[in-house]
Amino acid sequence: MKKNDTKSILLVGVGGQGTILASKILSEGLVRKGYDVKMSEIHGMSQRGGSVTTHVRYGSKVASPVVPEGEADVLVAFEKVEAARWLQYLKKGGTLVVNDFEIYSLPVLTGAAKYPEGVTEKLRAAVPNTKVFNAGEIASSLGNIKAQNIVLLGALVKAMGLEDLDWEDVLKELIPEKLLDLNLKAFRAGLEQ
Amino acid sequence: MRKIMTGNEATARGAWEAGLHFAAAYPGTPSTEILENLALYKDKGVYSEWATNEKVAVEAAAGASIAGARALAAMKHVGLNVAADPFFTLAYTGVNGGLVIVSADDPGLFSSQNEQDNRFYASHAKIAMVEPSDSQECLDYVKEAFEISEKYDTPVLFRVTTRICHSKTLVETGDRVEREVRPYKKDVTKYVMAPANAKRRKQILTERIAALKEYSETTPLNRVERGSGTVGIITSGISYNHAKEVFGDEASYLKLGFTWPLPEKKIRDFAASVETLYVIEENEPYLENYVKALGIACTGREKLPWIDELTPERVRRAFFPDSEESGGYSIDAEIPPRPPVLCAGCTHRGFFYEVGKYKDIVVTGDIGCYTLGIVPPLSVTDTVICMGASVSGGVGFRKAVERAGRKEKVFAVIGDSTFFHSGITGLIDAIVNKAPIVVNILDNRITAMTGHQENPGTGRTLMGEPTHQVDLKALCMACGVKEENIRLIDPYDLTATRDAVRAGYEATEPFVIITTSPCALIKEVVRRRANMKCFVDEEKCVKCKLCLKAGCPAVNFRDGRVYIDRASCNGCTVCMQICPKHAIVREG
Ligand code: SF4
Ligand code: SF4
Repeated sequence: MKKNDTKSILLVGVGGQGTILASKILSEGLVRKGYDVKMSEIHGMSQRGGSVTTHVRYGSKVASPVVPEGEADVLVAFEKVEAARWLQYLKKGGTLVVNDFEIYSLPVLTGAAKYPEGVTEKLRAAVPNTKVFNAGEIASSLGNIKAQNIVLLGALVKAMGLEDLDWEDVLKELIPEKLLDLNLKAFRAGLEQ
Repeated sequence: MRKIMTGNEATARGAWEAGLHFAAAYPGTPSTEILENLALYKDKGVYSEWATNEKVAVEAAAGASIAGARALAAMKHVGLNVAADPFFTLAYTGVNGGLVIVSADDPGLFSSQNEQDNRFYASHAKIAMVEPSDSQECLDYVKEAFEISEKYDTPVLFRVTTRICHSKTLVETGDRVEREVRPYKKDVTKYVMAPANAKRRKQILTERIAALKEYSETTPLNRVERGSGTVGIITSGISYNHAKEVFGDEASYLKLGFTWPLPEKKIRDFAASVETLYVIEENEPYLENYVKALGIACTGREKLPWIDELTPERVRRAFFPDSEESGGYSIDAEIPPRPPVLCAGCTHRGFFYEVGKYKDIVVTGDIGCYTLGIVPPLSVTDTVICMGASVSGGVGFRKAVERAGRKEKVFAVIGDSTFFHSGITGLIDAIVNKAPIVVNILDNRITAMTGHQENPGTGRTLMGEPTHQVDLKALCMACGVKEENIRLIDPYDLTATRDAVRAGYEATEPFVIITTSPCALIKEVVRRRANMKCFVDEEKCVKCKLCLKAGCPAVNFRDGRVYIDRASCNGCTVCMQICPKHAIVREG
């Protein structure tokens, strides 16, 4: 089996949280940096509140657009329970970025299933490299909870050591003018996490 | 220019660069964005349209091709079943302008009712097939597909899968080559498939296959990549990338991009040049069967799964079962499922809630958001088979019920777009064959499931022009439904919905209920309802939890109290109307 320099990132969340936009910005930045980039998103039924996953891989030459299990360098979870659901994709020694944020699925809302307790503590205990913060709260304090995806993107950029790129320029291109200021702030706040 | 594009974007781009004139499709995940992207070229030489269904799309594209235009029809895998009729005959007629038919298969069932491998359609219909592996190949190969089509006078099946359609990879784009629409010459022996002509065309088809076999041996679409080791892998499509991920540069690859007819000699030569031969492909052993039929020993299916899409780790587990388990973490926690649900404020909810009150209503469902009527607590739907089957299947169900002397009432539930697609033929069947079923057209004024495409009921075309809006009620009446047997209801109004459901339930003739509220996610609707919110008056709430029966994701029961999430609530009031204590109030 081959060894190469491909890096893998998995972004997981719930439909409507903006994972796809965050992945788009990330991929665009990586392309500008000259990497070969492959990104894979799955949508369909997931748009109706299901769980959403995006794979982003980059390096000198990327083969598959799908992150193999146990090989993600970073797992970014936009929702706590989704971190647990996709944990087996994170490689040993990888970084876990968790949004300390709960979205109850319908089975939980109607009492057919339970939202597990103490997930963050368990995640912290299992993965040495875990960063937990409430991106939703940070985005809300900046003016709109919807920018939580960009807060998480900032944290991801830091976790991957990709700060040396003009991300603000990429954001300017992909985010509508009137939301740009908010998102630039959100991105900087993410970098500080 | 170097850009990162999805396979769908790249296919659209490549078709445009190839000088495409005409495109048609019915939206279906994962193929939808091909036409959405082609529509962006409306001022740059391409006419594109949403067709009422895939058969119509293929026939329209075929008509354009016969007239001399380069034409493309796109659909998801199950769409090709709908279009199979013209597809098979087009193999006989051939084309004039290049004709490419895209089939977007969905291994892994990300949003489909079955897993099917449409590569078999190519071999079955005897239509040339091209299979790209990434976005660059989508762009390059679709251009080549048009060349093949015109050179060999054949339609070309362009077969992609979800992971290719929805993955973004780097693409070098080019310029459009403008093409004249070719002249048309009347030729009934070629374009009129009456038996005698068809028989002659079958002969021509056979000769064409021989020529295509020749092409398959020599085209760079089928290429060998030499590795350093002794293992050889025959593969196509996305499976090539997964194989490459696992075997890297050590293995040699016969990477097939032109996959019908397959290159016999190339396969024999490749097999002879390696010590161990693997065939790596997802779903069906399409390549493997061929290789084995040539008498060549290879390993594939006995190691690879039959079910689900292929992934790098599935390939690794299959061929390197002893390799150390790659990393991965886990925690000890019961992780609750997160199934898709009807959105907060969805117009379908009130309707399902009222129908769900009857224990002897059988709901034959269909393909669309309202398929989610199966999800608890609504749980009303009994069957979902394919586009349009709610109505026609409902007719059969009802006839059997009558035969058995049973009492179930059939409610066929179908969306506006699906009704136009293939529900209307079922309604005609119900009328003519006197099946007293209730056809419920949940008209939300959009094709919601695939991401809000226009349809014959929306009054707009794919290219954004205003157009005639088909009147569903008038249409049903024209089919023979009596006016007194048609109810138009606002499904947010539970009383009106209840009355209509009761009337339908009691009807002894074919009955139609049409809902009239647009999808809650349409931009104008979101804007209009932005300040409409429901909230729970805690003083009055007795925590009976009846409001949770609506299954709305905005209504929460947490820490011993019910509250409504303001961010997602759109003030539809369905929960408010359910609450026996009038504890839910609306503002705005
Ligand atoms: S997209 Fe529209 S129709 Fe579909 S579930 Fe959401 S609100 Fe309902
Ligand atoms: S139905 Fe009314 S009273 Fe019962 S829990 Fe809901 S809000 Fe409270």
